[in-house]
Amino acid sequence: MSRLLKYVFYDLLRDRFILAYTLFLWVLTSVLFQFDADAGKVILSLMNVVLLVVPLVSIVFSTIHYFNSYEFMELMLVQPIPRKVVFLSQYVGVASSLATAFGVGVGLPVMLFGGGAAGVALLLSGLLLTLVFVSLAFLAAVLTPDKARAIGLALLFWIYFALIYDGLLLWVVYTFSDYPLEKITLVLIAMNPVDLARIILLLQLDISALMGYTGAFYQQFFGSILGLVFSAGVLLIWIALPLFAAYRLFAVKDL
Amino acid sequence: MICLQNISKNFGKLPVLRNIQLEWRAGSSYGLIGPNGSGKTTLIKCILGLAIPDAGTIHVDGQVIKNQEVYRKKIGYMPQIGRYPDNMTIGQVINMMKAIRPDVTHVDEDLLRAFRLDAMANKRMRTLSGGTRQKVSAALAFLFSPPILILDEPTAGLDPIASEALKEKIAWAKENGKLVVITSHILSDLEELITDIVYLHEGYVRYQNRVATLMQDTGEMRLSRAIAHMLRAQQAAQPLPAA
Repeated sequence: MSRLLKYVFYDLLRDRFILAYTLFLWVLTSVLFQFDADAGKVILSLMNVVLLVVPLVSIVFSTIHYFNSYEFMELMLVQPIPRKVVFLSQYVGVASSLATAFGVGVGLPVMLFGGGAAGVALLLSGLLLTLVFVSLAFLAAVLTPDKARAIGLALLFWIYFALIYDGLLLWVVYTFSDYPLEKITLVLIAMNPVDLARIILLLQLDISALMGYTGAFYQQFFGSILGLVFSAGVLLIWIALPLFAAYRLFAVKDL
Repeated sequence: MICLQNISKNFGKLPVLRNIQLEWRAGSSYGLIGPNGSGKTTLIKCILGLAIPDAGTIHVDGQVIKNQEVYRKKIGYMPQIGRYPDNMTIGQVINMMKAIRPDVTHVDEDLLRAFRLDAMANKRMRTLSGGTRQKVSAALAFLFSPPILILDEPTAGLDPIASEALKEKIAWAKENGKLVVITSHILSDLEELITDIVYLHEGYVRYQNRVATLMQDTGEMRLSRAIAHMLRAQQAAQPLPAA
């Protein structure tokens, strides 16, 4: 596996996109810190980047990379190498490249300018979201026969989780607002990795008071250690489950 | 050496291989022929584990290949269209192949030299012509002196000199007790290289026999004529079942 990873990394390092992505995040984070002395406000602005741009870049880049590596995978699969190793080395290669880009681009300046607990939460949720959307990208890629359709499906995943799901959630909460919904919305939030990350961040930013009684309830739940473990755990499931499904499909796929 | 039992494979509703039974032995050289879309490449992909048959079992060297990978050490494969990572150079691709088989100490670089690939080791795969890519594929197939060689249309895009060099190498492999499987449309190319013939049509094995026997039976001097003769005779005796 390590031998294979070496070549996957070699290929990724030649890809200028990862470098451009790192630079973009780094410049953006640094500039925001220059504009505003209040770290809380900067983190709040960065939150939108983490919740929208990071998933989008992760899922699209990974899907394209999967299809660009098709030849490489084909070449490896006629060698005495198990499918699992070929698949996992692709995942590890892409996921760690994107995670490093995020860590360097956002993490370094946040640590440098002092982001506090909210900064740590931002980093953690950004890294987890990166991995979740790389997993979803691999699932989209093995579900579809060609690059164009895979990118379409990947974008659909992104639109659903980043935009549509929120609307649905709001509709449910509004329609059934006469009922006690705390526990149910908790479950509904867990069904969307982006929402999960958003809640972690909002609560770290101490603006949950704006969310009224429900906010207080979530503050109580997500603000505790148990809540943090819960949300990180659910995000880990969001990484593992699509990846596992993608691997099972890849293992029986005709190439 | 390679044994296929009741292999069937469908792509969606389209049957590509239907109940294939074959046994291929070391020291023989098999010509796998048939019209376009008859299932030749799919059959090869099944043996390599790239495609997974819907039914049946494949043995390579006595071992069932399902979910296995070690058996591929014994196979050198030259694809019809060699596709390689664009950003890598010829030298890097060859070194990578050596690196993933650290247990192989002796490599056979005859073809690398014959094709003068060693002289252009720094060229990126992206910049290579189709013929040069094919030379790389051929050199890689023979690199580890595997006991089984599977060559999909080996001479289709090669220049005459390279084609001769490759044919010599194939003849050498055959003489040295290796199992060679070749698909080709150019029957005159196969003539000197194969000992047995397998004719595939619409996923069925329509005919298989030793070349010498085929020539004797049909009374023809050339392989292409002998095959045409045999097919006409067969068509007359039993028309193809409706697809």
